[in-house]
Amino acid sequence: MATISLKVNEKSHDVDVEPRMLLVELLRERLLLTGTHVGCDTSQCGACTVWVDGKSVKSCAMLAVEADGAAVTTIEGLAKNGALHPMQTAFHTCHGLQCGFCTPGMVMRSAELIQENPNPTEDEVRHGLEGNLCRCTGYHNIVKAVLTAAEAVRGGAQ
Amino acid sequence: MSGAEGLGASVARKEDRRFLLGKGRYTDDLTLPGQSYAVFIRSPHAHATIRSIDASQALKAPGVLAVLTGADVAADDLGGIPCGWTIHNKDGSAMVAPPHPALALGKARHAGDPVAMVIAETRAQAKDAAQLVEVDYDAHPAVAHLNAAVAPGAPQVWDEAPGNVCFDWHLGDPAATEAQFAKADRVVSLDLTNSRVAPNAIEPRAANGHYDDVDGRYTLYTTSQNPHLIRLLAAAFTLKVPEHKLRVVAPDVGGGFGSKIFHYAEELLVLWASKKVGHPVKWTSDRSEAFLSDAHGRDHVSHAELALTSDGKFLGLRVRTLANMGAYLSTFAPAIPTYLHATLLSGPYVIPAIYAEVKAIFTNTVPVDAVRGAGRPEATYLLERLVDKAARELGIDRVEIRRKNLIQPDQFPYQTPVALQYDVGDYPATLDLALQAIDYGKYAERKADSESRGKLRGFGISTYIEACGIAPSALVGALGAGAGLYESATVRVHPTGSVSVFTGTHSHGQGHETTFAQLVNERLGIPVENVEVVHGDTDRIPFGMGTYGSRSAAVGGSAIYKAIDKIVEKSKKIAAHLLEANVADIEFEDGKFRVAGTDREKTFGEIAFTAYVPHNYPIETTEPGLEDSAFYDPKNFTFPGGCHLVEVEVDPETGVVDVVDVAIADDVGVIINPMIVDGQAHGGLAHGIGQALLEECVYSDDGQLLSGSYMSYCMPRAADLPSFKVGNHVTACTHNPIGIKGVGEVGAIGVPPAVINAVIDALAPLGVTDISMPATPEKVWRAIQAAQGGAA
Repeated sequence: MATISLKVNEKSHDVDVEPRMLLVELLRERLLLTGTHVGCDTSQCGACTVWVDGKSVKSCAMLAVEADGAAVTTIEGLAKNGALHPMQTAFHTCHGLQCGFCTPGMVMRSAELIQENPNPTEDEVRHGLEGNLCRCTGYHNIVKAVLTAAEAVRGGAQ
Repeated sequence: MSGAEGLGASVARKEDRRFLLGKGRYTDDLTLPGQSYAVFIRSPHAHATIRSIDASQALKAPGVLAVLTGADVAADDLGGIPCGWTIHNKDGSAMVAPPHPALALGKARHAGDPVAMVIAETRAQAKDAAQLVEVDYDAHPAVAHLNAAVAPGAPQVWDEAPGNVCFDWHLGDPAATEAQFAKADRVVSLDLTNSRVAPNAIEPRAANGHYDDVDGRYTLYTTSQNPHLIRLLAAAFTLKVPEHKLRVVAPDVGGGFGSKIFHYAEELLVLWASKKVGHPVKWTSDRSEAFLSDAHGRDHVSHAELALTSDGKFLGLRVRTLANMGAYLSTFAPAIPTYLHATLLSGPYVIPAIYAEVKAIFTNTVPVDAVRGAGRPEATYLLERLVDKAARELGIDRVEIRRKNLIQPDQFPYQTPVALQYDVGDYPATLDLALQAIDYGKYAERKADSESRGKLRGFGISTYIEACGIAPSALVGALGAGAGLYESATVRVHPTGSVSVFTGTHSHGQGHETTFAQLVNERLGIPVENVEVVHGDTDRIPFGMGTYGSRSAAVGGSAIYKAIDKIVEKSKKIAAHLLEANVADIEFEDGKFRVAGTDREKTFGEIAFTAYVPHNYPIETTEPGLEDSAFYDPKNFTFPGGCHLVEVEVDPETGVVDVVDVAIADDVGVIINPMIVDGQAHGGLAHGIGQALLEECVYSDDGQLLSGSYMSYCMPRAADLPSFKVGNHVTACTHNPIGIKGVGEVGAIGVPPAVINAVIDALAPLGVTDISMPATPEKVWRAIQAAQGGAA
């Protein structure tokens, strides 16, 4: 067992973890943050995407001990004071989700994408989401949502 | 009424908020007090005798509660996993239905067949202990592929199925078909394979079983598209308990695509084990485990012949198909290549005679059952590839040969030679709409532009028909189904006028919580936000058959309409009493009950309140309360159809196929929520393009699944696809009260042949005449080299 300290959604935690425990297991099983999902076992699907120190990370590909000292943001921490993040709003208005299972990872990656590139082209969005699988939407409305959110954020910044 | 939230309104989804906040409630999210965890040990061999299982070391490992095997299952007399559909052979005898024990007993028959179950206090402990279970196998020769399985001397999957034949079935009139072929000017033939695919809902299957020893009652939380069907099968056939002693809950479910219809061994085993170990038992599939245990789809090998006149009129169609069943018969497996495939072979065309023969074959592979489209993609792919080939061989334009043979709007109801009677459609309209959407008139310019960049451009077309809402119950019963295919709904009006709808369908992405609320809004005028839609719990919903075959809106929605009819009828009696008028004079419009021709009226809310506070009430003739239920059994299937067009660019140097444009025009009947309908089409298109270009379950000859993870099974990603142009032309279904046909599968059915026809069109100038799914860069490159006489 190793003791690690980390912040998750701005709340501090000290937890004892087995060295082999994955970050996603810590989030889901120990901290009961079940919004972060597991869709594969080869780090391909991206359903487990969270932010570690502001960068999107597949939490199935990182050991919990590697997050010692880090600040983690999960889908549960994205909305602030009851207000949805513009990416969450855009997924809703553009019907960018169906079954909802890939959605947390997709939203976390998409929100980071428009931070990196505030004015992406459709092609840049499609390539920017290549680490996240969705079986329901055919990506059409996800791409639309990302472009819509980018526009909304740009508009808000002006 | 069709107001801002009724039929035709793109209402944003009510269910979105919990998913966007990470507050969805999926099966694996639920951890019960005292939770224990199961891990399955699965056969690494495709075909092997299980000589012995030694769990002695595993039982000593930390946290281990039990290690259970097929012998334990047999000792407790659990039932085998049942097949719910019996097909009869040409001679009238029943198909071979081998036993399907929940844990393999004696023999394992495919790689991934569960052999033992380890239960421990934590998932990690169960995984560790599973490594300590020693299973001694005696491996036998195995067979995975259809042509190998029917070859003389092939390994036998089941002793009781000689030649690996499960059934040998046919449909249509062979003599009439022969007569059409005898008078044909031309016969065009085609051999083709419909590739095997894995369903790949992004949420892996999971099941959590809990036995409560106080009331002797089981609860199963499971990733299911149809919790009542699972309860029925588990109660009656596998767990063998009275239905009131089993509750099945399918909470939020992360996609289904067919794979979560079926009753799987793991569902039974977690229930059974929870009683044995005295703890709830949870199992959650890994993705690699999902590839080896979720039912696969398609896997047909067919020979097809089309008889035509010299000017391209279709005369007759003959089809011989081998359909892979895998090692065991999954819940609906035998129905897929028969009543959902051969019955669709007329497509949207007038074909005077059709004869289809289907042999279902056992192999040492994962069972094959319904995956999005289920039989209809196979029929559409076969027919649309064959029609394209006929056009090329006869020198007729590919659009025109279709136009020449389409069933015309004035020919409905249209009786096909393969059992189905289509009620309504307008296939020329959807053809024209799609051609307009893709700007077909300027195709030559786009092709020239592609060529100027060194790319080969191809145009692909598919005009298709499908069948949804499989019904009526009496017919499907006559065809071999073990269940009815109606749907139920309960509509409960609360005293202050809000409404709860209890539906037997299940939403796992389709948006029923919104669209079914829109149906209530359409009929009763109640805001969508005041309507709650409840699904997925056998304790809360009286009964239901679940969601598959694009049936929920057409069948489940119709049940809601029927229940609302009863609510309106009763409300009119209450209104008549309050307004001191005759019931016959009460009109209901815009949420108000009015005496015809007057301004005397009562709101729906006033009626609801009166029903529950019946102080001034027609108590002699009418019971208090305002709640009613309906079971709706459709008179026929519904028949969506349309036209899917695809343009591709092929890089001749690398064989990479780029889908550059997709335009579709569907007729899915009356639309509740256009935004959701378009979303369903998008998802189906991605699924279909995935099969056409990327996805395939590849088995080695000895039955090892070589594409068993996302490292090797190529799922479509955002950059593999373009945005889609989706249009609709509505003809209302004639036999359900809303006019709905269904939309969930149209993309997966219509688009695969359009993609492949486009690839062949692009490569045709090089001499390529055939390419199979998936058209991977390697396959395309080799086809180019072979056609040009190079090294392939």
